Amino acid sequence: MSAEPDGPEDRLRRFATIWSRAVFPVTSTSSTRPEFEEQLLPLARRLSEALRARAFDQEEARAVGAALVGAHCTDPEALSRTLDCVDAYLVLYCGQGGDPEHLRARSARLQHAMAAGFAQALRERTLAEQEAIAQAALKAQGVVAQALHASEARFRAVFEGAAIGIGIADLDGNILQVNGALTRMFGMSDQQLRGRNAMEWTHPDDAPQTWRLYEELVRGEREHYHVEKAFYRPDGTVLWTNLTVSLLRDADGTPRYQLALMEDTTERRLLNLRLRYEATHDALTGLPNRSFFFERLEKALAAGPGQRFGLCYLDLDGFKTVNDSLGHAAGDRLLVEVADRLQACATAPGEMVARLGGDEFVALTTGPDTAHQVDELAGRIMNALLAPISIDGRELTVRGSIGIVEGPAGERSPAEVLRSADITMYRAKSAGGNRFELADPEADARVITRHGLTTALPAALERGEFFIEYQPLVRLGDGTVRGAEALVRWLHPQHGVLGPDRFIPLAEHTGLIVPLGRWVLEQSVRQAREWRERHGGPDAAGPLRINVNLSPCQLNHPGLVQDTVDILERTGVAPDALCLEVTESALIGADDDLLKPLRRLADMGVDIALDDFGTGYSNLANLRRLPVSVLKLDRSFTQSMQRFPADPVDLKIVEGIVALAHSLDLAVTVEGVETGAQAEQLRILGCDTAQGWYYARPGPPERLHQLALVDATG
Amino acid sequence: MERPAWAPRSIDISVPSVSRIYDFYLGGSHNFEVDREAARKAMEFMPGLPKIMQANRALMRRAVRFAADEGISQFLDIGSGIPTFGNVHEVAQTVRPGARVVYVDHDPVAVAHSQAVLDGNTDADVVAADLLKPQDILSSPQVERLIDLNRPVALLLVAILHFVEDADDPYGAVAELSDALAPGSLLVLTHASYEGIPLPAERAGGAVDVYKDIRNPLIMRSREEIARFFEGYDMVEPGLVPMPRWRPETAPEDEDPYAFSGFAGVGRTA
Repeated sequence: MSAEPDGPEDRLRRFATIWSRAVFPVTSTSSTRPEFEEQLLPLARRLSEALRARAFDQEEARAVGAALVGAHCTDPEALSRTLDCVDAYLVLYCGQGGDPEHLRARSARLQHAMAAGFAQALRERTLAEQEAIAQAALKAQGVVAQALHASEARFRAVFEGAAIGIGIADLDGNILQVNGALTRMFGMSDQQLRGRNAMEWTHPDDAPQTWRLYEELVRGEREHYHVEKAFYRPDGTVLWTNLTVSLLRDADGTPRYQLALMEDTTERRLLNLRLRYEATHDALTGLPNRSFFFERLEKALAAGPGQRFGLCYLDLDGFKTVNDSLGHAAGDRLLVEVADRLQACATAPGEMVARLGGDEFVALTTGPDTAHQVDELAGRIMNALLAPISIDGRELTVRGSIGIVEGPAGERSPAEVLRSADITMYRAKSAGGNRFELADPEADARVITRHGLTTALPAALERGEFFIEYQPLVRLGDGTVRGAEALVRWLHPQHGVLGPDRFIPLAEHTGLIVPLGRWVLEQSVRQAREWRERHGGPDAAGPLRINVNLSPCQLNHPGLVQDTVDILERTGVAPDALCLEVTESALIGADDDLLKPLRRLADMGVDIALDDFGTGYSNLANLRRLPVSVLKLDRSFTQSMQRFPADPVDLKIVEGIVALAHSLDLAVTVEGVETGAQAEQLRILGCDTAQGWYYARPGPPERLHQLALVDATG
Repeated sequence: MERPAWAPRSIDISVPSVSRIYDFYLGGSHNFEVDREAARKAMEFMPGLPKIMQANRALMRRAVRFAADEGISQFLDIGSGIPTFGNVHEVAQTVRPGARVVYVDHDPVAVAHSQAVLDGNTDADVVAADLLKPQDILSSPQVERLIDLNRPVALLLVAILHFVEDADDPYGAVAELSDALAPGSLLVLTHASYEGIPLPAERAGGAVDVYKDIRNPLIMRSREEIARFFEGYDMVEPGLVPMPRWRPETAPEDEDPYAFSGFAGVGRTA
């Protein structure tokens, strides 16, 4: 806007400049002063025109006053300075040509109206802004309240719907609020629960620290704790929980409430107990099982000084027969009944009964005086078995053999104790059963050796630890060596030379007798050939024969005939140089099937000798159908002939047997000849051959012909 | 279950609010007696406090115009407070019609009021969020709707950082925001400081204590500390200076001495 110097426009602008300079410092505007002046210029123009208007227009002045407020001159000082400025300069700069008196009066009225306009506008703006900020505060409250409400509603939903129990109590323990899950867990109503105090909920299984942690929390010394805790329900049942308690503080940090979260672990705990029970108990009888028993035994053996233990190891006699004849179901019922009776025998503290498996049970007693207790316990068990057990209408008599081990704790391992008990039980069993035996270290050692030998047998055969000794068989007629009986020996690396009585039964038991027997047969036959090559031509006093023992197990072995034939053929030894000795007992009751292989061997020319004749039930009539050609008379018949004169009854018996044998075309060999008198007597009685220490003890093959001919007994 | 991050436990208008105190200093009536009482108490120590606020407003006006002149049409004003007059959208949209503005404040009353003021303005909006949670701001629907972070933005942190204690890592928050800005963006920042206040520090400290009392401690930082907020920025001329000296439109000598309290600066991202 161009302004003529000192023209009305220029003067108006100068007024606006003065005005803006006066007011700007007290405004809050973010405009610069020149910008502010530009805002004031139209207002100045309106004032100038109102000053000179013919009629006084109050509204114009009021509008200017109000416009000041619009330009953010809200400070009353801005009005004061404005009025000062108008009063001093409006007439001066904008009142050219007017009546000064009139202009001054008009200016004064304009100022009054401006002040009123300013005041009204400021009042309205103030009210409007107050209204706006109140509205904003209200709205913000609403938004926040809504958010809180929503979050509260969500919290409620979580609280109520939670699967875990939630409870809030004050710091005195008074329950204030609980959720549905908690009421269900406790089996109490909301109201019942809210009347309670957390400190009433003690339980004997509470961990020692449980209530210490509680105290620390309510004192504000701890923010939370976690324990496993049990609670009694009103019906007396127990609720187990995983309990987490947290301290709730208010905004100032002052402890206010305790929040409990609990998870019902009752089922899980029961399941765990159940699993533990199943892992430690026998499914059939419900008795503790082997592993549980071992645990207890271990504990008993680890007990402190002065503590002892007593163990009864029970095995039922003849249980296998029950199982085989009545079936497994009946056998199982029998075991259950036995288990129940045993259980009733061991009810004192420190006593337990367990089933190890099959028909094997154990009873354990512990304490300082088990020597006495274990005897009583065994007695009770034997008594408990006395009454017959009724199964399927049958009255079954059950008997058992018990091995007892008793001793101080801390000396032996559970496995050692159990083995000793097992061995002792077997001792009771082999003594006829239905009894108990006390463990005896020496007996144990023997059995342990037996056990060791059994396990060492197979390797011994492979390593060539066996060897054969030969005991000459002498013709009584002329005193010449007719052959020898092969007797197997075991050169054990630890135990030295062991006789067949020590290991043949074991080999029988394990089946090793078959390969061992084959080996003996082969070695002996080879030896026979060697003797023949060295000592005898066809012109010698008949061929040297070799006697080899056959065990019952070998008799039953289907390969017997073939093996024998193979060996004879391989070595080129005639069958009539071989005599197989079979015990009388092995042939008792033998049917034709069993005799067939023997018969075939006999048909081939192999002699079959009936060993130990006279020791068992000697069925003389039976002799006819057996394919035997030799009787070996047991030493018991001839023992009395070691001295002179011999018992006449024995003489008669032997004479009779010899007569009978000869009538059946059987040769008679006598064992156990120890004196010359004996030998002479037997010769007179008509016996064919003899063997015994009078001639020679069993020895190496090269000493076959070195006969002692010295009385072995005196 | 979780309370919205911005929502306080309740609106307590019996507690003074820094945005309403600010409004009072600027002659507004968007305030309550508690706010005015606190403001008057602070003014007993520093009568010129309103002049500092006014200088802040004037600085912001100049900076927004500068940004608009530089071609920037997106503005993010964090700590916007109570909109009174000469607001960013008014200034920006005058220079560049269609300029887009997002205001951010964590005071729910200020936000509610802003919503009322901005009602009907499709190019401006307000977000209730906290400066200390930049991701809440950057991922808000309002920012996503109005601001294209692939183009330059003017980020305004006017008179806000001095309300953030070091423990809350204001530098980290600024860096996180800065990382989100496209090259050519501007950071407009003003900050309170004992430097430049025409009073002995212990007297100014009385005003600082008032803010401490209302649980909105005022953190006075040195020029060096304030300069650290611009790490990674190129300073726009004349650098970090007292507010009246930043690209003045009138002679700085004419300004009230209080206007020289604290510092202002504008930085540009590379």
